Amino acid sequence: MIYREAGDFKTTYRDDSQTFPIRFDRRAYYALVAVAFLVLPFVMNDYWASAVFVPFLIYSIAAIGLNILTGYCGQVSLGTGGFMAVGAYAAYKLMTAFPELNIFFVVLLSGGVTAGVGVLFGLPSLRIKGFYLAVATLAAQFFLVWLFNKVPWFYNYSASGQINAPERTIFGIIVTGPSTPAWSKYLFCLTILFILSWVARNLTRGEVGRTWMAIRDMDIAAEIIGVNPLKAKLTAFAVSSFFVGVAGALFFAVYLGAVEVTEAFGIQKSFLVLFMIIIGGLGSMFGSFAGAAFLVLLPVFLKNALVGGLGWPTDLAAHLELMIVGALIIVFLIAEPHGIAALWRTAKEKLRLWPFPH
Amino acid sequence: MPEQLLFAMEVTLNGLMAGVLYSLVALGFVLIYKASGIFNYAQGVMALFAALTLVGLMDGQVPFAHLINATFGTDVHHFGWHIPALPAILLTAGVMVVFAIIVERLILRHLVNQEPIILFMATIGLAYFLEGFGDVMWGSDIKKLDVGLPQGISETIDTVTYNWFGYGFFIDRLDIAATLVAAILVVTLTLFSQYSKQGRALRAVADDHQAALSVGISLRFIWVLVWSIAGIVALVAGVMWGAKSGVQFSLSLIALKALPVLMLGGFTSIPGAIVGGLIIGVGEKLFEFAVGPMIGGATENWFAYVLALVFLVFRPQGLFGERIIERV
Repeated sequence: MIYREAGDFKTTYRDDSQTFPIRFDRRAYYALVAVAFLVLPFVMNDYWASAVFVPFLIYSIAAIGLNILTGYCGQVSLGTGGFMAVGAYAAYKLMTAFPELNIFFVVLLSGGVTAGVGVLFGLPSLRIKGFYLAVATLAAQFFLVWLFNKVPWFYNYSASGQINAPERTIFGIIVTGPSTPAWSKYLFCLTILFILSWVARNLTRGEVGRTWMAIRDMDIAAEIIGVNPLKAKLTAFAVSSFFVGVAGALFFAVYLGAVEVTEAFGIQKSFLVLFMIIIGGLGSMFGSFAGAAFLVLLPVFLKNALVGGLGWPTDLAAHLELMIVGALIIVFLIAEPHGIAALWRTAKEKLRLWPFPH
Repeated sequence: MPEQLLFAMEVTLNGLMAGVLYSLVALGFVLIYKASGIFNYAQGVMALFAALTLVGLMDGQVPFAHLINATFGTDVHHFGWHIPALPAILLTAGVMVVFAIIVERLILRHLVNQEPIILFMATIGLAYFLEGFGDVMWGSDIKKLDVGLPQGISETIDTVTYNWFGYGFFIDRLDIAATLVAAILVVTLTLFSQYSKQGRALRAVADDHQAALSVGISLRFIWVLVWSIAGIVALVAGVMWGAKSGVQFSLSLIALKALPVLMLGGFTSIPGAIVGGLIIGVGEKLFEFAVGPMIGGATENWFAYVLALVFLVFRPQGLFGERIIERV
C-alpha cells in the first residue's frame, strides 16, 4: 500500500537516472541517513559501537571495495586482508611520521598508498584469469603479511612487533587512541563510509563502472568494442584497493587501536570480506552493506544465543559457530546464489503489487 | 666435495620429500577439479577431518563427547578400546565415502550449473562446517597419530652418504615412507583411471560433461566416486602430515600450500600436480636455505606463491594445464 510508484512521474533524464527513482525509497533513504547521523551518535554506547556498529561500517567499506573489483570488474581477489594491512601500516607510519597531519587525510592517504600496492599486484591480472588470478592474489596476502612481520621499519622497531594508534583529533574531538568515546568512533567511520559509498555509487554507474562491467561480462568482447583492458582492470584494482586500504586504516586506528598483523589481517579476513559480498550480492552496493551487516551480526547473535542463552562452554560454542556459519553459507548459496540483494529485489517487486498481486 | 654443495644437495632431497606431500594434497584438488569443475577449497580440511577421525577411531574416543558432556552433564570420553591401524584406516576411508555421498546429496546436487565462483564459495562454506564439525566431534586438542610408520633419521642413508662424501645426509624415514606411499597411490590411480570401467567414465566426464551424459554416464555417481577418491587421498595426506607434526588445526592449512602447486602444474593435470609439488618443495627449501637468512627467514610462507605468480605471467595455464582458448 505504501510502496507505490504510480503518480511519480519523471520529467527529466536526470530525475530518471537517480539512485532511488521511487519516492518511497528516496524518503526511506533520507530517513535512514538522518537517523544514522543525528540520532544514533547520541544513544551509542561502548558495547554496541565495538560489537556491531563500528565493525559493520568498516567492513562495509572493505566490502564495497572488494565488490568493485570482484562484483563489478569480475576479478576475484583473495588478498583483501593483505591490502587492509597495507592501509593499516600506512596509516601508522603516517601518523607517527607526521604527527600534525589531520587523521582524516591520514586515512585517505593510506588508501592512496594501498591503491598503489593494489595496482602493482593487479598487474598479473592482465595475463592470468579466473581461479589462477584468485590464487595469485594469495601471493599478495602472504607476502604482505610476512613483510609487515619481518621488516622492523614498518612497526617502528617496537619490541612487541605490534603497532599502536596514537591519539589524534578532528575539530578537538578524539577519534583514535585508547580514550576515544564510542560515539566519535562511530561518527568518524560513518562519515567516511558515507562519502566513499557516494563516490563508489557514482563511479560504478559512470563511464568507468561501465567499462568494468564490460570487462567482467566478457573481456575479449569488451576489448573488441574498444574498452582498454589495461586501464579498466588497473583502475578497478586501484579504486578497490583504495577502499580496502581505508577500511584497513580505520580498522587499525579507530576500531582496534593496536594491531598484530598475522592476527588481524590474516587470510581469514580475506575470506570474510569475500563471503560478505557473495552473501550480500555481487555487483550491488546494497549487497555490500547487507553482507557486512549479516556477517557482523551473525557471530554476535550466535555467541549471545549459545554462550549467554544455553550456557555452553565458549570453545564448544566457537566450534558450533564455525559449523553454523559454514552451513548457512551453503544454504544461502543454494537458496539464493545472487545474495541478499536479489532477495531484496524480489521483496520489493512483491511489495509494489501488495496487497493486490494480480 | 665442498661443504656448501653437500648442504644444498641435502636441502634439495628434503625439498623433494616435502614436495611429495604437497603433491598428495594437490592431487585431491586436481581430481575434483577435472571431474566437476569445482575448485575444492575444503580439501585441506578433509585431510584434517580424516586424520582426526582416524585418531579418534584408533583411540576409541566417544564422538561428540564434549557436546554430550555439556548438554547432559555427564563425563564420557573414551570407549576404552583400541583399534589397530589397518582396520581403523579402512573404517576412516568408509567415513570419507559416506562424507562424499552426503556432499553430493546435500550440496552438489543443488548447485548444478552455477558459476564456478559460487561453487568455490560453497566449498569454503563446507570447509568451515567440516572444521567445526571435526572439532565438535573429536575435540580440538593436538593429537598424536601413530600408525606404525617408521620415524626418525634414516641410519642407512646417513652411513652410506657419510662413506661416500664424508658428510651424512639427514633424511627422515617418514619422508621416505611418504614418498613410497605417494608413488603407490599415483600408480594405483593411474591404473584405475586407465583400465577400469569407472575410471574411463571418470575420464570421459573430465573431458566433456555433456558428451559423457549423452552416452549414459551418471554424473552423480561420478561425483560421489571422485569425492570419495579425493577423500581417500585426503586421508593419506592427513596420515602423512599427522604423523609428521601431530593432528591439529594447522593441518588444514596445507590446502593453501597446495594452491601454488596447482597453479604451477595446471589445475587439470595429474602429472602437473606431482611435478609442481616437487618444484615448489625444492624451490622453497633452497630459497630459504640460500636467501632466507639474508632477509629475515620464514620465506616459506610466501615463496611458493610468488614463484607461481611469476611463472604464471609467462605461462598462464601452468606447466601442464590445458591451453586456455577463449572465444567471443
